[in-house]
Amino acid sequence: MADFEGRSLQCRRGGRDVFAGLDFVLPPSGALVLTGPNGSGKSSLLRLMAGLLRPAAGQILWDGRPIAEAPEAHAVRLHYLGHLDAVKPVLGVAENLRFWANLRGGAGASEAGLCRALGAFALTELAAVPGRLLSAGQRRRLALARLAAAPAELWLLDEPSVGLDHASVQLLAAAIAAHRAGGGRVVVATHTALDLDDPQRLSLDALAPPPLPEMVW
Amino acid sequence: MRGFLLVIGRDLRLALRQRADAWLAVLFFVLTAALFPFGIGPEPNLLARVAPGIIWVVALLAVLLSLERLFLADFEDGSLEQILLSPLPLELAVLAKVLAHWLTTGLPLIAAAPLLAVLFHMDAAGLGVLLLAMLLGTPTLSLVGAVGAALTLGARRGGVLIPLLVLPLYVPALIFGVGATDAALFGLAARPHLLLLGAELLVMLVVTPLAGAAALRQALE
Repeated sequence: MADFEGRSLQCRRGGRDVFAGLDFVLPPSGALVLTGPNGSGKSSLLRLMAGLLRPAAGQILWDGRPIAEAPEAHAVRLHYLGHLDAVKPVLGVAENLRFWANLRGGAGASEAGLCRALGAFALTELAAVPGRLLSAGQRRRLALARLAAAPAELWLLDEPSVGLDHASVQLLAAAIAAHRAGGGRVVVATHTALDLDDPQRLSLDALAPPPLPEMVW
Repeated sequence: MRGFLLVIGRDLRLALRQRADAWLAVLFFVLTAALFPFGIGPEPNLLARVAPGIIWVVALLAVLLSLERLFLADFEDGSLEQILLSPLPLELAVLAKVLAHWLTTGLPLIAAAPLLAVLFHMDAAGLGVLLLAMLLGTPTLSLVGAVGAALTLGARRGGVLIPLLVLPLYVPALIFGVGATDAALFGLAARPHLLLLGAELLVMLVVTPLAGAAALRQALE
């Protein structure tokens, strides 16, 4: 089966090594939880996995092939949820979601699928509400509904539970479980406990390079 | 192609919902140009002589005014990231956004141009060529401007940088656009100028998607 793996990854931001020598292997139905303090490179690693950033060293492979060889093919098989929700204030909840579902899903994105995705994150009653009236947690749920609206093999979630209430975190856990049951994989960077079944854990704290010697001017 | 139309449709819908933004450029165009007869006096021959230059310069500034919005909103709310990770090639997404920008900025300017032609005592032949030149020239303004807007995305106070970057590049469109209209007013052939405007449009249709997408990728790293 196809593995999603990273080999001796090094990430450099602003001239400083964030992490080095990072390896991971994620089989189908696998879940990988990234932990570590602020600034340890969780978001950078997710952006590397999405192909938005390029590693300073090392390789990320899908099914044995580097993702850098075919970035567009890689983009199609993943959902990336960053810190930003990509919600347009003047468009309604359903309009916002329909655009992303159509853009990603092609002809396969149906109205029924859209309703299911809205339902999965308890947004059905908010369908006509414009984005600017949503609370932070509701906007986050709308961003999460994108995951359910168009299928993708790999979910890369950066702090998905920020701003979510307890019930919504349960909905997120259920969506991830359903995704994995269908053979999908998920990588989550999180500080809060998320109820996942048997996840791998990767602590980025241990991979930080040694602190630089004091600068001498 | 589907994704291309989806992006255009979304941007047009956003522009319709935020009508103030769409009106801004065209109102600026009309009001600023209307100041000139007050400033230089109502002498018809003089106005007709300077009309092409004034209308073109003001049109160019009106387009400039609207450029900052082109990518910034999508950049700030994370939409650009999602578009980059969608099946739609980023080059086509750039072209779609520029086309939507032209439809909401350039086209209204062309629609408002006859009003200014009357104000400046321009004759019918001159107006016809002016409209044709604007039809060829304003898409070029959107295309050139898009590269500037994309390049300044990550920068602080990028909106201030755009004019510095883009205005010098607007000079060819300005020269040929004014040249075509002037030629028509003096009874000379406008065709060579229009052909050159068309040539610039074709070149920018190729350059902008490539350069714009490269700049956006850089901004999103």
